[in-house]
Amino acid sequence: MSVQAPDQAVALATPVQKVDPAEKLRRWLMAPSFIPLLLWMIVPLAMTIYFSFMRYNLLNPANTGFAWFDNYAFLAGDASFVPAIINTVIFIGAILIITVVAGILLAVLYDQEFFGKNVAMLLVIAPFFVMPTVSALIWKNMIMHPVYGLVSLGLQRLGLAPIDWFADYPLLSVIIIVAWEWTPFSFLILVTALKSLDQEQKEAAAIDGAGPFKQFWYIVLPHLEKAIGVVVMIETIFLLSIFAEIYTTTSGGPGNATTTLAWLVYALGLQQFDAGIAAAGGILAVILANIVAFFLVRMLAKNLSQSA
Amino acid sequence: MNSRLISKWLVTILGWVVGILFFYPIFWMAITAFKTEKGAYSPDLFFIPTLESFADVFARSNYFQFALNSILISFGSTILCFILAIPGAYRMAFYPTQKSQSTLLWMLSTKMMPAVGVLIPIYILWQRMGLLDSIPGLIIIFTLINLPIAVWMSYTYFCEVPKGILEAGRIDGADVWKELWYLLRPMTLPGLSSTGLILIIFAWNEAFWSINLSSAKAAPLTVFIASYSSPEGLFWAKLSAASFLAVAPIMVLGWLTQKQLVRGLTFGAVK
Amino acid sequence: MKRFVPPLLATILLSTVSALAQPKTVTIAVVNNPDMLELKKLSAKFEEKNPDIKLNWVIVEENILRQRVTTDVSQGSGQFDIVYVGLYDTPIFAKRGWLRPFENLPSDYDLDDVFKSIRDGLSYDGKLYALPFYGESSMLMYRKDLFDAKGLKMPDQPKYEDIAKFAEALTDKAKGQYGITLRGQPGWGENMAFLDTLLNTFGATWFDEKWHPTIDSPEWKKGIGYYIDLMKKAGPPGATSNGFNENLTLMTSGKAAMWIDATVAGGMLENPKQSEVAGKMGYAPSPIEATPNGSHWLWSWAMGIPVKAKEPEAAQKFAAWATSKDYIKLVADDLGWPQVPPGTRKSTYDNPEYQKAPFAAATLQAMQTADPTNPCIKKVPYTGVQFVGIPEFQSIGTVVGQNIAGALAGKMSIDQALKASQSAAERAIAQGGYQK
Repeated sequence: MSVQAPDQAVALATPVQKVDPAEKLRRWLMAPSFIPLLLWMIVPLAMTIYFSFMRYNLLNPANTGFAWFDNYAFLAGDASFVPAIINTVIFIGAILIITVVAGILLAVLYDQEFFGKNVAMLLVIAPFFVMPTVSALIWKNMIMHPVYGLVSLGLQRLGLAPIDWFADYPLLSVIIIVAWEWTPFSFLILVTALKSLDQEQKEAAAIDGAGPFKQFWYIVLPHLEKAIGVVVMIETIFLLSIFAEIYTTTSGGPGNATTTLAWLVYALGLQQFDAGIAAAGGILAVILANIVAFFLVRMLAKNLSQSA
Repeated sequence: MNSRLISKWLVTILGWVVGILFFYPIFWMAITAFKTEKGAYSPDLFFIPTLESFADVFARSNYFQFALNSILISFGSTILCFILAIPGAYRMAFYPTQKSQSTLLWMLSTKMMPAVGVLIPIYILWQRMGLLDSIPGLIIIFTLINLPIAVWMSYTYFCEVPKGILEAGRIDGADVWKELWYLLRPMTLPGLSSTGLILIIFAWNEAFWSINLSSAKAAPLTVFIASYSSPEGLFWAKLSAASFLAVAPIMVLGWLTQKQLVRGLTFGAVK
Repeated sequence: MKRFVPPLLATILLSTVSALAQPKTVTIAVVNNPDMLELKKLSAKFEEKNPDIKLNWVIVEENILRQRVTTDVSQGSGQFDIVYVGLYDTPIFAKRGWLRPFENLPSDYDLDDVFKSIRDGLSYDGKLYALPFYGESSMLMYRKDLFDAKGLKMPDQPKYEDIAKFAEALTDKAKGQYGITLRGQPGWGENMAFLDTLLNTFGATWFDEKWHPTIDSPEWKKGIGYYIDLMKKAGPPGATSNGFNENLTLMTSGKAAMWIDATVAGGMLENPKQSEVAGKMGYAPSPIEATPNGSHWLWSWAMGIPVKAKEPEAAQKFAAWATSKDYIKLVADDLGWPQVPPGTRKSTYDNPEYQKAPFAAATLQAMQTADPTNPCIKKVPYTGVQFVGIPEFQSIGTVVGQNIAGALAGKMSIDQALKASQSAAERAIAQGGYQK
């Protein structure tokens, strides 16, 4: 069965003045998730906004007072600010594309039955279980290291020169690592969504003469739209503040090749315990995130309206 | 038919090759855990295994204490997430209003603030409230950062439920509880299981908050791992052993949940 | 009712007694350094002698430790009773009044035995605020066997121009042999720690007396130019992700012929369980160029007690024990003299057993001549050899480190890197309110 909009959607069209008592009770259902998140958002947000206007360095408490927009100017005026934003956008875009495409392909592959499928699936999901710092260290030291990493050993056996991943292709290297970590997530959501796809639809299309590719394009893909939407939204939010992988491998460099907004906030603010700059950076990141989300929502708008 | 057999073989091979490729780095880390520090960087697949690194790890820190903390915090925050999220997700999926869509987006937006920006205010707040280095303190934080995911994913899976069945149930006289238990639960269990698994993993691997808000008593495995990467000194075999120990419980959980997922799915293919 | 009284009394009595007998818990935050891990192991002996004190260990990686410790100490949250602090943080913390000065040390402590340079580095306004657990400087470590094979001899005080020649002679990239390996990973405590010593000895400074950054000076250009040139000709690939650990691995697996880094590496290189080159190494002072000032760094991990610690007396007792001569002897009995915590006490280096370690002499010389109060050829308003003792340096150092790594990787020219670093430093120093 495909997703249907609840019948109540029709009710929205008619202007309802009176609220029936059952609806009033139902509103309270929102409270358990709504209220904590509201507090969580307001209190730290308020504190962060406050700090962003203050001169407050943990190590230099004598130097206090209102900084007004100084912190913002400091951050935004930094030579790496615009590159950081660009890097962040490229980073997120690349990872989204890679993980969604790979996730779809993998979901289709593992939707079929074959010998030992469950074990193979667990192998694919495994990277998601490993802590980001550990993943980054594995890739940096065991795989990508130009002197004693596995890739370079393989290249040497083939007679080729080793690749210095983190120096020559820093952003790509970090993207590879993070994509490896997050593809399992996308795969898990998509393969679960595929399970609810009616086999009969595909069989009917096959009888009508549609080959596997047409089946995929016209039946499977639309069915997955919603799940893809979920994956994109959740991944975007997480990817905006990815930090551990960069910290472990490139420390934002070389130059500012892997400096994302989160890294910049760390390097200029948190690392020297300047709560003011860190807070200003946090606010700027929220603004950027909202812009990105705005565009994403417009692209996915039709998916959401199907259900709302 | 011949082509069916060939394609079946192709799928099997492809499925396994992809799985092995994905798993290879982890496999490598796992076998390094059984090497000595000196041989940790060698590319040999065959070597004499030793438990020396594991012995070092157990001698250095109380692994079980960290593991217990991780379990308490991950499961605790996930359960709390579900308790708080499901009513809201239910409401928005089955009785949506004009505000539902924007509420969902707003909830997700609470995650947009990068942790590095908000660390110091939260640290100060936690300190004033006496929540530093406490299990409840970490459970609260993890619940808050995962709550939007819990709501969003539960909502998505609830939307998959065909409305017709619920209507039929209501007409048959089922009250809310019966509806939830007999109708909703079986249909959403696979989705909610994978949501639960994902929430547990997010909480399990969340390093930034756990390292900064805990020290000795409530420290989970992320802190345990952090003690093995050192800027000065060889640590690779030990880190592999420690990571092995840190990932093992969650891998086992994943394996168990996998079976539950598959079982639920064969029931859940809705006609 | 009467039946309940005796058990009730007993319970009250028992709980009171056990409450009184509660051991004092001392929570210690340390870096996951082999020396400190050994301390944790041997601290069981301390607990035996002091049954009323229980130790609670928090072990983390250096940068995380610094973050946790700074937040705890500056906020007075009392999470830790003993914190590991370094030469960089101690004066900053002490100035703000966040650490307890050490007074009334045990009579056999022998404070004069501790190296003066470290003692001064850990003091503020005449009072000592941390007891040094270990100290390190930097020195040149080289493969004596490879040198002998090529008929090369290391002078008693090498100069950087010598190093360049040696490195080129010992490099054979086709065979995976590199003449030298140096730190390249960006970070104020990573690549900048080493580069600062190189720059100092080339005559460069971070700031002039008026706190104007001097990064776009000819000395910086010369020093960085030398570094990049050397790494290109004789260094291994992947240098921009090589920190101490990666370089240690390159040395212990025999791939590099020279390495300039922390003196503590000596113990690791000579440990046959970890290193393939044990017994083949030679040790020399860190090279100089235009001036000997600041050619090798000074660092110490020391135990400090935050003002808001919950058990300060018990903490002081443990800190004094852990940094005493007796403790050093304990380690020697357990692991052998080459593995004792280095760089704190002169008595360690007077010990003939310790002198047998090949790196002891070079380390001693380095420790005694490192002078953070006089790091540069010119007069400067700051102290610190491989860092500038101001809070803003962590950020400035990292940004500059990133830029230099960028130049090393060929992503930008040296001039661009220096220019970007200069403006970053100017902004940061203005933000910090240093230029009056």
